[in-house]
Amino acid sequence: MPDLSTNTGGIHSPNPFWLASAPPANSGLQIQRAFEAGWGGAVWKTLGTPIQNVSSRFGGHTIGGVRGAGFNNIELITDRSIETNLREITETKKLFPKNPIIVSLMVETEAEWKDLIKRSIDAGGDGLELNFGCPHGMCERGMGSAVGQEPKINERITGWAVQYSTVPVLVKLTPNVSDIIPHGMAAKRGGAHGVSLINTIKSIIGVDIDRFVPNPRVGLASTNGGYCGSAVKPIALHMVAALARHKEFGLPISGIGGVCNWRDAVEFMLLGSSTVQVCTEVMLRGYRIVEDMIDGLQEYMRSHGFDRVDQMVGKAVPAFSEWGELDLNYETVAKIDADKCIGCQLCVAAFHDGAHQCIHPQQDSRVPRVDESECVGCNLCQIVCPVPECISLVPVNNGFKPATWNEHVHQGKPLRPKKGAH
Amino acid sequence: MTAPLPAQRSETAFADFKLPLMRDAAVAEANRCLFCSDAPCVNACPTHIDIPQFIRKIATDNVRSSAKTIFESNILGMSCARVCPVEVLCVGACVYNDLEQPPIAIGKLQRYATDMAFEKNWRFFEAGKPTGKKVALIGAGPASLAAAHELRRLGHACTIFEKRATIGGLNTFGVAPYKMKADRSLTEAEWVLAIGGIEVKTGVTVGEQVTLQQLEQQFDAVFVGAGLGADSALGIPGENLPGVYGAVAWIEHMKLTKADMSAVKSAVIVGGGNTAIDASRETRGLGVRSVTMLYRGTREGMSGYQHEWSAALEEGVGTAWQSLPIAFEGTGRVQRVKCVKLDASKRPIAGTEFTIEADLVLLAIGQAKLGDMLGSLAGVSVHKGIVKVDAHGFTGRAKWYAGGDCTNGGKEVVNAAAEGKAAARAIDAAIMKGAARA
Repeated sequence: MPDLSTNTGGIHSPNPFWLASAPPANSGLQIQRAFEAGWGGAVWKTLGTPIQNVSSRFGGHTIGGVRGAGFNNIELITDRSIETNLREITETKKLFPKNPIIVSLMVETEAEWKDLIKRSIDAGGDGLELNFGCPHGMCERGMGSAVGQEPKINERITGWAVQYSTVPVLVKLTPNVSDIIPHGMAAKRGGAHGVSLINTIKSIIGVDIDRFVPNPRVGLASTNGGYCGSAVKPIALHMVAALARHKEFGLPISGIGGVCNWRDAVEFMLLGSSTVQVCTEVMLRGYRIVEDMIDGLQEYMRSHGFDRVDQMVGKAVPAFSEWGELDLNYETVAKIDADKCIGCQLCVAAFHDGAHQCIHPQQDSRVPRVDESECVGCNLCQIVCPVPECISLVPVNNGFKPATWNEHVHQGKPLRPKKGAH
Repeated sequence: MTAPLPAQRSETAFADFKLPLMRDAAVAEANRCLFCSDAPCVNACPTHIDIPQFIRKIATDNVRSSAKTIFESNILGMSCARVCPVEVLCVGACVYNDLEQPPIAIGKLQRYATDMAFEKNWRFFEAGKPTGKKVALIGAGPASLAAAHELRRLGHACTIFEKRATIGGLNTFGVAPYKMKADRSLTEAEWVLAIGGIEVKTGVTVGEQVTLQQLEQQFDAVFVGAGLGADSALGIPGENLPGVYGAVAWIEHMKLTKADMSAVKSAVIVGGGNTAIDASRETRGLGVRSVTMLYRGTREGMSGYQHEWSAALEEGVGTAWQSLPIAFEGTGRVQRVKCVKLDASKRPIAGTEFTIEADLVLLAIGQAKLGDMLGSLAGVSVHKGIVKVDAHGFTGRAKWYAGGDCTNGGKEVVNAAAEGKAAARAIDAAIMKGAARA
């Protein structure tokens, strides 16, 4: 069996699956049940001066009949006393000494940071996560994403935390920025041992179109919340990969954002995350989803010959490059397997209206014809086709040597003639 | 070890009644599953497969783990996916029924995962470290196969005694071919036996070539999974005419060989249970123009499943309720069935005699119970031929355990699988009492 144990900035975990700092990691009894179910670690719901929450707090986005495909919340950090949280951290560590507990923190002054860091470590925390990401409520009080959006403040507070901590410090980054790099680099300059990203995305989940109030509704008003769940995964993957490939960054990453199953986790890991954190899918389905995550990851590693998690972390990062580095002379055309085609002609409709008008109906058959001289190899036909392996994109030998846009501009390498541009 | 099947078998004419799911359809169906907590479907399954988990693993394309989840609970999960009456078990318990929406196609999803396991030859289980203990199993049907596999995982040597030349029990020679064909059952049996360390002695009848006393002396425990015996007869005139057969015997004949149906234009199936419905659908499926199910009770009172009976009706099976054969007639072979109508108390009503033409009559009115074969063992109690056991398959006499049809009177493959496995655990606990496991 492959070894699933991980090391994220010095935080060791029996597997890469952590509960994110969120409602499923709100209390000791919850986290104990999660560890019992197989979760590797947990980031305790953010400690700070306890807040008062609103009703309601959550909003779900239904896509094509799938409830909770997107999700948002306007809940804040812990509403329980710091003492209660710390006592439960100690109790949980005693029962599960091998499962790391990372204590998420959010306070204001240096003295408060110093005090809470010491108490969190004394309680048994294996690591700290600085919550610089929360995009609602706390930022208006000068915390959360208000810190995460200002590299200088991020660096300064990270510096305090690293100075006062004897355990690894992760900085949780907000995606509500135009470029993630300066923020990751600020955490690095502050001395962080790793970063966690992404926190939630500033959002309005929907509108109650009968009451004329956005959701989630608090009486007859609402506010912006943090968007998360399956729908945010592509944004999170990009931000993780952008940091992972940045030459000067080099810190371990705990990936967050739409991780629902083992496959999502593998994608985050291949793009540079050594652990992943999960909240929404647990809120929707419960802790037992981790069984499939563990089994599925093991099967994936076994089938790909990985013995240890670190052998796969970042494996897809080298293949993530700038557009200007892609080979413009790589050419494919679509081939339709007439024996498999069921004649739905979805590809015809999609191509006439949405692409390059290169797939045509035929008079004597329901099987469409690809005009290869017009096919630009865009993939749309394969995406809409309901029959497995019916449409394939086959590489064409056009006689041109590989040439990127950058090579074309700077070295004058020749490009193949354009197709479909009339 | 087991006799090969002839290529020419009547059953090969049948297509699957429930079609398999392709990947996209399986994933879409899996994603409909609500992943219920304390799911009713799990509680409805005699082997308690963790259905929401195996379905979730199909949804995430983690099919190997999905199959493992199924086989962990039920090593016969492949055949059960096809032959289980899911409509009255897991699927019948699905909460979507309460929403009046189509329930999750659990059987088809289980087939998707387990068929892939067979296709890709995935194996999940290894024999346990040898304990030096030996267990004999009587019968090579589902109960014994499930018991033997579990016993092997626990490290005990197993010997199965099977009186037939072919293994698999009713899964091989009794399942309706539009659910599963005999070769698929043999494939499964071989897959189960591949754990190693299970010796199968075919053509050996316990009580003849080997005695109960010999088994008791030579083995640390004995599991009786003998199933049921010969078809029951009505005891009426003409029952010995050619063309009048026991339904279970005829089904076996049809599944394992090529049955000559050329002269059969009309058939009468006597009985109201699932064997009667199966035989009706099978004779219809083999091209018999007129098939009549003759039952002494009412439609509401029949023991056959309503969903099976509805399918039979759709396939053109006719019915005669509250009717009893009183004689089979014909020259040289059966040609007619003489019947009488019955009242609500199943008593004949004078003057209601009628005749149905039939070139084939199949009697599906029950099977002999084999429990009396254990009658000579003090401490084993047998009631009306059924072996009495506790919840763990223990008979009351040290070393002796039993499960499957010979203890439950004739239930589903999934019951036999559950009972065989439970008995294996109980046998292990008993024979390892005080012994150190290597």
